[in-house]
This record gives sequence, C-alpha cells and structure tokens, in this order.
Amino acid sequence: MNLHEYQAKKLFAEYGIPVPPGKPTHTVKEALRNASDLGGTSWVVKAQVHAGGRGKAGGVKLAHGLEELETVVRNMLGTRLITKQSAPSGQPVNCVLIQGLADIAAEFYLGMVVDRSSRRIAIIASSAGGMDIEEVAATKPDKIFNTIIDPVLGVQNFQTRRIGAALGLDNKQQKQLNHIIKALYRLFLDKDLGLIEINPLIVSKAGELEALDAKISVDDNALFRQANLEEWRDPSQEDEKESIAKRFDLNYVTLNGNIACMVNGAGLAMATMDIIKLHGGEPANFLDVGGGATTEKVAEAFKLIVSDPNVKAILVNIFGGIVRCDLIAEGVIKAVQEVGVNVPVVVRLEGTNVKQGKNILASSGLTIIPADDLADAANKAVAAAGKR
Amino acid sequence: MAILIDKKTKVIVQGFTGQIGTFHAQEMIEYGTNVVGGVTPGKGGTKHLDCPVFNTVKEAVKATGANASIIFIPAPFAADGIMEAADAGIKYCVAITDGIPAHDMIRVKRYMRRYKAEDKMVLTGPNCAGTISPGKAMMGIMPGHIYMEGPVGVIGRSGTLGYEAASQMKALKIGISTSIGIGGDPINGSSFKDHLERFEKDPETKAVVMIGEIGGPQEAEAAHFAKDNMKKPVIGYIAGLTAPKGRRMGHAGAIISAFGESAAEKVEILQECGVTVVPDPASFGSVVQKVLAKVS
Repeated sequence: MNLHEYQAKKLFAEYGIPVPPGKPTHTVKEALRNASDLGGTSWVVKAQVHAGGRGKAGGVKLAHGLEELETVVRNMLGTRLITKQSAPSGQPVNCVLIQGLADIAAEFYLGMVVDRSSRRIAIIASSAGGMDIEEVAATKPDKIFNTIIDPVLGVQNFQTRRIGAALGLDNKQQKQLNHIIKALYRLFLDKDLGLIEINPLIVSKAGELEALDAKISVDDNALFRQANLEEWRDPSQEDEKESIAKRFDLNYVTLNGNIACMVNGAGLAMATMDIIKLHGGEPANFLDVGGGATTEKVAEAFKLIVSDPNVKAILVNIFGGIVRCDLIAEGVIKAVQEVGVNVPVVVRLEGTNVKQGKNILASSGLTIIPADDLADAANKAVAAAGKR
Repeated sequence: MAILIDKKTKVIVQGFTGQIGTFHAQEMIEYGTNVVGGVTPGKGGTKHLDCPVFNTVKEAVKATGANASIIFIPAPFAADGIMEAADAGIKYCVAITDGIPAHDMIRVKRYMRRYKAEDKMVLTGPNCAGTISPGKAMMGIMPGHIYMEGPVGVIGRSGTLGYEAASQMKALKIGISTSIGIGGDPINGSSFKDHLERFEKDPETKAVVMIGEIGGPQEAEAAHFAKDNMKKPVIGYIAGLTAPKGRRMGHAGAIISAFGESAAEKVEILQECGVTVVPDPASFGSVVQKVLAKVS
C-alpha cells in the first residue's frame, strides 16, 4: 500500500526527520487560508497522487502571490494527473500539498528498501538527486551508493559516515545525515515498510538537510498489525476493479487488451497472459482466483471481467489440484448463467476430476468453447476475440 | 534417490490441527509420506489423524525423531514457527503459509545464520506449494497424482505453473526426481541456485527445469551458477512477458522494480548462460523431451 506524500511527511516529522512546512489541502478556500498560515509570498503546489513522475506531468507547480495560487489550485484539484507511472487514464487529484519555497544548494537521493539479494534492508544514496533513480542506475551506476543493514545490529555510525562522504557532506551535515538515517530505519521497522524514498533530499542555502519529497510504501502482508496506516488508505487512488477484487480475495490487475483471463495461481495466470500475446492477442487483465477457488469466487471473478467493456473473449484456465475440475465447471456454468456473459468463453480444465469437469461443461447447453491444452485455449480465445 | 525428502523422511506438521493443516496432512499421509506427528501449542498430549500432537517442536523431535517439518501456521505467527523448527533441530522445513511480512522473513534469515553449515535447516517457501519426490514422499499441497517418478528436477516459484509443467511432462512419459516450490515471496528461504547445487549432486537427476517469473534477482543468479558450476543441462522458463512494470502480479515478489527483473531481460540472461529457454508455457514437455534425448 502506498502513502501520499503529505502522509509520509507527517511520519517523517513524528520521527524527527526535517521536512519543509506544508499543509494538505482539499479546496481552493482552504488553499488560501493554508498559504497565509504558512506565510511568505510564493508556494509550491504538489498534486497528491499515488504515482511518480508528477513534476514532468504538471503535478508540481510554483505560485507567486495568492491570486496565482488560487488559479493553480483550481486548475489542479478535481483533475486527473497522467504521469508515466500512473494508470493510462491518470490518477484523480483530490488533494494538493501546499508548501513553502525551499532554497536549494544541493540535491541528493536517499532511499531505504527491502533488498531481495541480501535479504536485508538496504540504504540507497546518490548524489544525482531529483532524477529518476532507475535512470541513474541504468546510465550512471557509479553514482549509486548501497549500504546493507545488519538486522541484529542496526545502522552503524561508520555506515552513515561513508554515505555522507559519498555525497560530499560537511561535518555538520554528516551529523544531520546520521540522525536522519537512524530515524528512517526506526520508521522503516516500526511501520513494516517496503520502501522509503526521499528524492530529493536537499541541502538548503543555510546548509541544512531537508526531505523535500517523500514516498512510502507499506508491506501489504503486514497491514494486519499496522491498523493506523490502513486508515490512511486512499481508495480513490486504486483501480476500482482491483479494490473490488481484493474484497473477494482475488488478485486482479487491469491491462489494456481485449481477452480477459481467469486462472488459478499467479504464475499460471502470468503464463496464460503471455501465451495469449504469443498467439497474437492482448490480455485484458491478470486474474488469479487462488488455490482455493470456490463457486462464489468464480462468479465474482466473472462479474469483474465482464464489467470491462473492452473484453471480447474470456479464457478460463484452471489447473485443478486441491480444487476439483467438476466443481470449477459447475462454478463457470452458474456464473455464466447468473452474470449474463455475452462474449465467447473458452475453458481449459486440467488436473483432478478433469473428465467429469469437461462432461459437465459439454452437457450444459451453454456455448462454452472447450480447449484441450494451453496452446489450444490461447488459439481459440484469440480467434473468438478476433471475430467480434 | 531424490533430494530433500524421500520415504524415510520423518515429517511433522506445524499447525497440525487447523482445518488446512488437517486436510493436507491427510493427503500427505495417503500419498505415503511418513508423517510422525504434529505441533499445535496447547493441544499437546492429544491424538490427531492417529498421530501424536505436541506443544512444541522440540518435544515432537525428541519423541518422534522427526527431521522435517511443514508449516501451515497463519501468517502473523508463521515466522516464529519456522525459527522454532530450526532451533529444535529440524533439517528441512517447507513453509506453505502465504502472506508473511517481509520484515519477519528478514528476521528468519538472520536467525538461521546462527547455525553451522552442517546443522543449518534448509527452508523452502514461504508462499509455495511444497516439495514432492514422486513415488516417495510429498510435503505440500500439490495433487500428487500428476507427478511421475523420473530423472528431471524441478524448481519453481509458482504452484499451478509447476503442476502445468509436471503434467505436460507426464503426458510425454517424463518423470520427476524431486519438484521444489521456492515460493512467490520477495524474501524466501532458499533460492533456485541453492537447489541447482543439490540437483547437480543427485545421481538420479539428469536435467533441471527452473520455472521463474518477473521480479527479483534469483533466476539470473542461478543462471550464472549453472554456467560456471553445472554439467547437467538446465531448462528455464520465465512467466510475465506481458506484465507491466511496477505492478504486483499476485505473488508478493512478482513485481518488476529494478533493472534486469523483467521477463525479457531474464530470458536474455538465461540464454547468455547456456540455459535452454522454454519459449512458451505450452512447451515445457516438448523442450524437456528434446534436452533429455541429448543427455541419454
């Protein structure tokens, strides 16, 4: 689960990590009041959306004077911001963060992640601040400085000193960095985070370190013990279908194609998307109904799939293990009848009780296209979608 | 021979008396696995599925001589159960549980470093379908009947995609020595590379199939290991060619977040390292058949 910048900065402030004063704002009226409260004559207005690349997409704007601020906020609130990381239709801007201007002397990148190679938490620092860190990693890997933290011992002083040296900090800033990194690590552990990104971490003209931006991602698997953070969830930033899917314990991701698929197991679901593509089609979604697929789950999955107007055909691919194919077949029939599916449905069943499952489908009287194996299923689904 | 488990492996079930633990323990016993008992704190001294139940893993090991454990403990408590198994002297542990927090798994990995190499527990999973040595023993939730005994080792991150591969192979009368699920989580107990090493030493295994997916560095690490250290042929598949960047595809670990983690990039690395790549998920059987024909 991702947090908004203003939420992340609230946590930073609680942990003593310096952030510029700022206020989350939901209306134009509130914007004028907040700007006056913050003081000064110029402000930065930042769209609060769950997608990176806001600056380039027009989601971060300068405003000089209250009149301009009003215009900037009015033009931003209620729109959808399309960035290179957002959904194709963009993310809704329901909140902006109004912040005082910072006088920047230098910009850095500072991040903390669960590192899959070392299976530990790692600090990533770079002197190339303000840039897309993946771009830096690809083009100037020598500008990236990695530090692995021992889970028993925590962050050591020499480690932060080395990071400071790599960034070219002076003694005073070294001390600030030490404090910031240790606070970030406490926050990372306390809140079960998967990622913290500060891009940029700046040195102000007065020589002080400050987190100008903040991105936090929480480990979904740990939300059961992070109830406070769960309250900060912003459903408006999540795909509606994906939220519905979550409620029924289904894993769904919207894609751009026209062949929907329904599969049990994440790996097989990805493989099914791939084989659709290899046979000349485009998958409309990723959908994993899980190992314990029930009739109800299958019905909910169908409802989700047919609510996408782009879908021209459906491919059901179930490998029955614990789930028996005859039960799945009954679920498919029930769903097709209840939901009113009016696109071709190709069904491929394999595994436990496959013969019974196939017989049930064949004698159902419904126009379900049976497939013998994965390749056959992909072929038939692509052909069926092409005809429409 | 097989690796990790065989007929003699003495298995206990952690989370034995719960609904899921009960169901799968029953299936494992029916398959012929030597299940010697189970652990459910507070239910020690009772019997379940004709096996003794213990309060702690330590007691279970002492009374039964168990050397392997399978975990069906709910996610919030599962990491603790894994560490308990390691401390009690269990040598091989399969963690089926899905949804363990990443920070808990970091703790597990660090905890297991306290043991000398020869005492160290091997952990596979979490969030996996388990391990099966066909015809010998099954520690997992897979349908045992789709696996045939034979010369191919299988290592995979996904459950049902592994079933797909096994059943395509069985249709061509190709069997499996051991099939291992390493799970779909970002921090796992053991990697592709760890098990390639074991299969290389196993005289019964003639070739190894590696079923990977997007996200993480482990397929690439394994491919480099195979290039430098293995004589046996390795066959690889990477799921998620069509997966968009930055989106989590079901598995907690199936997300492209860094350079080299997409399916296309991984396929390229596999090919560079001499791994035979299965071009599409319908060709597991035929590709394995071709590779085996060259070996024997």
